[in-house]
Amino acid sequence: MRAADVGGRGAWQGIASVLLLLCLWQIGAGWAESRLFPGPLTVLRSLTQEAAAGPLLYHLGITLARVGISFVIAMVIGTALGITLGRLAWLDRWLSPWLIILLNVPALVVIILTYVWLGLVETALLVAVALNKIPNVAVTLREGARALERDYAEVAQIYRFGPWTTLREVIIPQLAPYFLAAARNGLALIWKIVLVVELLGRSNGVGFQLQSYFQLFDVPRVMAYAAAFVLCVLLIELLAFTPLEHRAGQWRR
Amino acid sequence: MTIRLAIDRKVYAARAGAPERVLFENLSLELGDGEVCAIVGPSGIGKSSLLQIIAGLDGDFVGSITSVPQPVGYLFQTPRLLPWRTARQNLELVMFDRPERAGEWLEKVGLSGSEDVYPQRLSLGMARRVALARALAVEPKLLLLDEPFSSLDEETLRGMQDLVATHIARLRSTTLLVTHHWYEAAALAHRVITLDGSPARIVDDRRLQQARAAE
Ligand SMILES: Nc1ncnc2c1ncn2[C@@H]1O[C@H](COP(=O)(O)OP(=O)(O)OP(=O)(O)O)[C@@H](O)[C@H]1O
Ligand SMILES: [Mg+2]
Repeated sequence: MRAADVGGRGAWQGIASVLLLLCLWQIGAGWAESRLFPGPLTVLRSLTQEAAAGPLLYHLGITLARVGISFVIAMVIGTALGITLGRLAWLDRWLSPWLIILLNVPALVVIILTYVWLGLVETALLVAVALNKIPNVAVTLREGARALERDYAEVAQIYRFGPWTTLREVIIPQLAPYFLAAARNGLALIWKIVLVVELLGRSNGVGFQLQSYFQLFDVPRVMAYAAAFVLCVLLIELLAFTPLEHRAGQWRR
Repeated sequence: MTIRLAIDRKVYAARAGAPERVLFENLSLELGDGEVCAIVGPSGIGKSSLLQIIAGLDGDFVGSITSVPQPVGYLFQTPRLLPWRTARQNLELVMFDRPERAGEWLEKVGLSGSEDVYPQRLSLGMARRVALARALAVEPKLLLLDEPFSSLDEETLRGMQDLVATHIARLRSTTLLVTHHWYEAAALAHRVITLDGSPARIVDDRRLQQARAAE
């Protein structure tokens, strides 16, 4: 779901459809009358309780920090790797089978092995998440590097741009859409994986909390954490990705 | 600085279904300092490829070329403006020592008012004029113009021709002008080279008697 569809200029349909979903949910919950299927109002109550008196903000903060750090690591390494492979065909012939394997190793296997080899420590979490993400970024940026237009490189050469200007004016603008796509997909993947990694080997963070409340069958609190999480995603969409995409694409017809 | 080009053989290798193409064989060309030379010849003969070689963009041939004077102004056959930069920014990028003059150049090619427009929203003729301004604005010692006046109306065409004539006279740029029209060649050039055959050769190389309009 694109943020522009939810809250963008004049996109009232997005807001209306979210409200409709909440209404249906509330009605459904009223029908079910079950502790295991709370309505949005109950969830909201748990959410405010957990945020005001409980540890929600602490765990959410920790998880967000983990997402942020592993996201940056994965983007930096994946981008560098992808661009290198896109430009050096011989290296690509050597490494592309590795990429395909890494892309297809189940995330859970990577997580378990990293915990086994590095121990149940913070570094292991960051490594496990980054390892799951790097191949995706690399493959996307490799595509971008292959698609660099020779025409513009020639313009840079004729008009003697120099390496720095060429990078800034010619290469980065062409890679930007690939980078943004990788970042958006990357964040979506990392959100999901971080929780699993927390659940398997850490004693704090949203993933850990979810597991605790799951064991107590405290569904309203499970949903409260999920809702807090979704709100964060929406905020990042609205505040970071939408404006960036708008800026990167304003020259298009 | 005289430019000496000798191509023993230039081949485009067979690729993805397209057969091998021997473009030039034993073609040599000497361009005097400040000479303005037009190149004519049928479509697909290799005129643009020849400019690429002289510009130093294509070194993949058997033969030799002396170093070319710098800076080079190259109007490619397609405009090749950076699409993510406005018309003005495209000029500023090549005039890094005096970017404030970009606006003057746009005025010279009749595009004041379109300074902040992105290239994809310019018409082809407008984009080509920005590209022409870019080629002239660097004050080139070597000027390569690949069909500079196509997609222009008669009146604009004459204006652009005068602009080019004025600037090559002032800068004394060695100039190569690819064109399909003899009147264009006659209006600007001292010399006209005709390419023909496969592989292409210079089948005609004549000096024009009359002085150019701008001189
Ligand atoms: N990069 C390339 N790879 C393979 N073949 C090419 C390449 N560029 C051009 N050619 C071939 O070389 C020949 C000459 O092309 P070129 O663009 O130099 O022609 P031209 O004389 O400029 O034609 P026009 O007047 O239509 O612009 C054509 O047959 C074309 O198919
Ligand atoms: Mg051509």
